[in-house]
Amino acid sequence: MVTLRMRVNGVTRSLELEPWVSLLDALRERLGLTGTKKGCDQGACGACTVLVDGERINSCLALAVQYEDRDITTIEGITHPIQRAFIEHDGFQCGYCTSGQICSAIGMLAEHGAGMPSAVTEPGASGLSEAEIRERMSGNLCRCGAYNGIVDAIKEVAR
Amino acid sequence: MKPFAYVSAPDVATAVRAIATEPNAKFLGGGTNLVDLMREDIERPDTVVDITRLPLTEIEELPGGGVRVGALVRNSHLAAHRLIRTRYPLLSQALLMGASAQLRNMATVGGNLLQRTRCPYFYDGASACNKRVPGSGCDAIGGFNRNHAILGTSDDCIATHPSDMCVALAALDATVEVESVRGLRRVPLADFHRLPGGTPHLETTLEPDELITAIEVPELTAPSCYRKVRDRASYAFALVSVAAALKVTDGVVSEVRLALGGVAAKPWRALQAEAALLGAPATEESFRRAAEAELEPAVGRPDNTFKIELAQRTIVATLRRLSDRSTA
Repeated sequence: MVTLRMRVNGVTRSLELEPWVSLLDALRERLGLTGTKKGCDQGACGACTVLVDGERINSCLALAVQYEDRDITTIEGITHPIQRAFIEHDGFQCGYCTSGQICSAIGMLAEHGAGMPSAVTEPGASGLSEAEIRERMSGNLCRCGAYNGIVDAIKEVAR
Repeated sequence: MKPFAYVSAPDVATAVRAIATEPNAKFLGGGTNLVDLMREDIERPDTVVDITRLPLTEIEELPGGGVRVGALVRNSHLAAHRLIRTRYPLLSQALLMGASAQLRNMATVGGNLLQRTRCPYFYDGASACNKRVPGSGCDAIGGFNRNHAILGTSDDCIATHPSDMCVALAALDATVEVESVRGLRRVPLADFHRLPGGTPHLETTLEPDELITAIEVPELTAPSCYRKVRDRASYAFALVSVAAALKVTDGVVSEVRLALGGVAAKPWRALQAEAALLGAPATEESFRRAAEAELEPAVGRPDNTFKIELAQRTIVATLRRLSDRSTA
């Protein structure tokens, strides 16, 4: 067993766990924060996306022990205009991918704001076009296919 | 996932000592590949040596115009770095076309070099795979092999190397710096990955106790770019990719670097094509002839023969784009 502390949604939490426990399982099973979802559990769907020190990652491929003393934000710790925009633009149907989409979108907006390019960024371009949003959000799958609503919601908040 | 002992290394000396003394130990970086393989029971280390706290996160300019990148630099940070974007557009683009933003935020440069194939038969424990279980056979050869290799294959394995970053590094003649209890060693990227031959389970020339500490990329003065062809527009492995740098002087190719991804078990430096191009007129015909020379030894399987023509067309299109820019 390993004992470690991490800051989760602004609160320092102490955890005792086996080194093979993922950050996702630590959040869901040990801390009761079930807003973060387990989709594929292999880094392919993005449902488990959380923010670590403001950067988005897939918590299913993260071992919790690697994130000692880091600042983790899950959907339970988020109050952001993107949430209302998802409702207004029908950015979901079943809702299973939504917490990952929201965390990912917040991380994405921060990346874009910091000047991170994407595979579709044209030299000199600065705005978040629809193509930019789709490319930057490609790590979050939505089996209901609510992509048009998701893109509209992000576009509204990015404006 | 099989239980394992966990060691966190504060410095390189501790890390290389731990890997040398702990039985069946593995280094763990960003985890995007290793954690997945451990969950699938393909990797079964007894000890995991966490190296994410090692101070290998710098990107530095080298005298002579090159760049040195610490092994623990995240893929996203490398792609966004000013030096990489301005001096090595092909490398920045290759990184940005790999995986997803979340994975790029986790994945390290050293880990990217050591990515294992995404061949579905390698992942599926019920299938025969010489890479996973040496001597068991290869179900990909007679199976669904749309994504598999066409160059440098063997009767034992037709898997591809999945990395985009490594294709750019192959074109750039990068060097990999590795450290162990025996000291420091530099390996040219061309010699880092192996072709399968009769031992597809041996994927690199890295010794089991060696730690990748950095990569060094020499100066590049020619315009460059990376082009990736895949089954969906984003977040997919390459069917074929091309990393290229091309300089045209008075209508003639004066400098060229070319490497292919998605076609072999290693990032494929296209030396035949480069030889055909150097000194040749920068025309569509030259590009086509060079691409044909490179793909001449290619062997297609029922599902992936299309890659032979696709690779040639992608080479031509990429060179055309660079030559238009060079002469504009």
